[in-house]
Parts: sequence; C-alpha cells; structure tokens
Amino acid sequence: MRKLLLFIPLALFLGMGFFLWKGLYLDPREIPSALVDRPMPAFELPSLTEPERNLTVADLTGEVALVNVWATWCPTCKEEHSFLNQLAQQGVTIYGINYKDEPVKATAWLQRYLNPYREVILDQEGRLGLDMGVYGAPETYVIDAEGTIRYRHVGAVDANVWKQLQAVIEQVEGAGA
Amino acid sequence: MQRYLFLLMLWAPLSWAAIDAYEFRTPVDEIRFQELTAELRCPKCQNQNIADSDAPIAKDLRREVYRLINAGAADSEIVDFMVTRYGEFVLYRPVVNSHTWFLWYGPYLVLGVGALVILMIVYLRKANRRARPDAKKTELTAEERARLDALLEKDNKG
Repeated sequence: MRKLLLFIPLALFLGMGFFLWKGLYLDPREIPSALVDRPMPAFELPSLTEPERNLTVADLTGEVALVNVWATWCPTCKEEHSFLNQLAQQGVTIYGINYKDEPVKATAWLQRYLNPYREVILDQEGRLGLDMGVYGAPETYVIDAEGTIRYRHVGAVDANVWKQLQAVIEQVEGAGA
Repeated sequence: MQRYLFLLMLWAPLSWAAIDAYEFRTPVDEIRFQELTAELRCPKCQNQNIADSDAPIAKDLRREVYRLINAGAADSEIVDFMVTRYGEFVLYRPVVNSHTWFLWYGPYLVLGVGALVILMIVYLRKANRRARPDAKKTELTAEERARLDALLEKDNKG
C-alpha cells in the first residue's frame, strides 16, 4: 500500500505530460464557429458581378454548397483560388463573399484567376462577415440546402481540407435525403 | 538627455493602445466602452483584448461596440451580440456554465483534495502513535547502547 502511494507523483506527472504533449499539436487558432447548426445570418448585399442586383440568403439555398470568404488583400486566398476553380469544375457549388475589398480589384482578380463562384456577395463593410463571425480570410463554410451553416474551416482549402469538407457534405446530404 | 528620455517614456504607453476617435454621449458610455473592449478578446490575435489590438477585426469589433452603446444596448446585450457571432471564446471572463464549471471551481476542488490528504496524513500518524505507545520512547536498550559505544570508539580512534 505504502509503495503504491509512492507512484502517485509519477502518475500525476504522466497525466500532465500527456495533456501538455497533446497541447503541442492543437492549433489555438481553430475556434469552433458559434454559428454551426444555425441559419446563415440574413443579409441584403449587391452582387459583385451585377452590382444593380441584390443578393439575399434565398439566393444561396436549394442545395448543399460551400461559402468562401475571400478578398484580394489576402495572400492565402490567392493560394487556394486554383483549388476552388478545380472544385467548381468538378461541379461543387461555391458561393463567394468578397470581404472588405474593393469591387474593382475583386472583379479584376476574378477575370485574371477565373471565377469559381456561382454568386459573389459584395460585403464591402464586412457587416455580413461580422454576423458570421469571420475573423480572417479565407474562411470556408458548408451550408445545407436550407441555408443552415454546418461547418466552418479557417484557412486555405486544399486537398486535405477538401476531404474533411467532403465528409461533412456527404453527411449533410445523407441526412437530408 | 534625461529629460528627453522621460518624455519618451510618457509617450510610449500611448503607442501600445490602438486609438480611435470616438465621441460618446456621456462619460459613462465612454467608461462602458473601455471596460467592454478590455474584456472582449480579439479572435485574430488571441492574446490581446480588442482595446489593445491593432488587427482590422479588432477595429471592426470596437466600432461595433461603439455603435451598440450609442444605440442604447445594455452591456449584457453587447456581450451576447459578440458571443453569438464569435462564440464564448471572445470572453476573457467566461460565464459559469456546465462547460466552464471546472475552470471556475476546479482550483477549489484541488485545494479541498489537498486539505483532505493533509488531514489524512495527520490522522494516520496519530493513530499510529496511539497503536504503538512505546514507539515514542527514545531510550536505547542495553544492546543498542553497547553498539553505539563501539561505533563512537571506532570513530575516535580513526
């Protein structure tokens, strides 16, 4: 009994060591979105491609889709852009939110790097971004056919991230069917 | 030289805090603004509050706090506004709920466990002494005395 007690500090050390070691591999920048499983916030903002036309949540619903928050001032957005183009070619529906950007620059960007988005919402003041809890571009959301947010990814979308997003999409589509 | 150094020191704290030119309707509103922005955490630069941070998002959030204060929102409403968008993460002082219970009361729990352990040790020692009353006796037996003498003798010679 006495001898067993001597092992308590070792057990405590191992326990703490485990959690600290695990902490090394956690990314503190990954904040779970407060909006997961909540509807997309309401908005009425112009389209980047047709400024006279206003877009609302109704324009984003109907099928499971990605919503990508991007801006021309964001280097990582450039990095992920070609991958988004690929996804769009594969038939994935992607909506864009042009976040706190200049429309002229954004239009030029889409002409130069191609446009993977079905619609681009012009959020010049960042109001929609604020309502969605965006804290840095790029961010990519998965929304279901009713416009409910199901997943949020912060950072560039690449092949690995796409696997995660795909899993979420399959799950959402499976639940809806 | 010293005078200039002193002036530099006076100026330094200003350069740390981000400055916005906000006009408040009442001094109370201004104090509320300062308290709220000091208590809300910047989602981008996570070790700063939104009052200190120069990140664009912190600036947006300060503007939002200002707008809400001027719109007559209560402190709790402003905090709720931020939490619904950015999650409880933005609170430097997390609310007490089932998730944060351990965070708030864990230290007291650990303190209690420590106190229990100490009480147990004290109790066990007392019980031990009571069980073997002669263990307290410090006098040596004749045999022990002889051995000690021999040892001391050896030491003195050496």
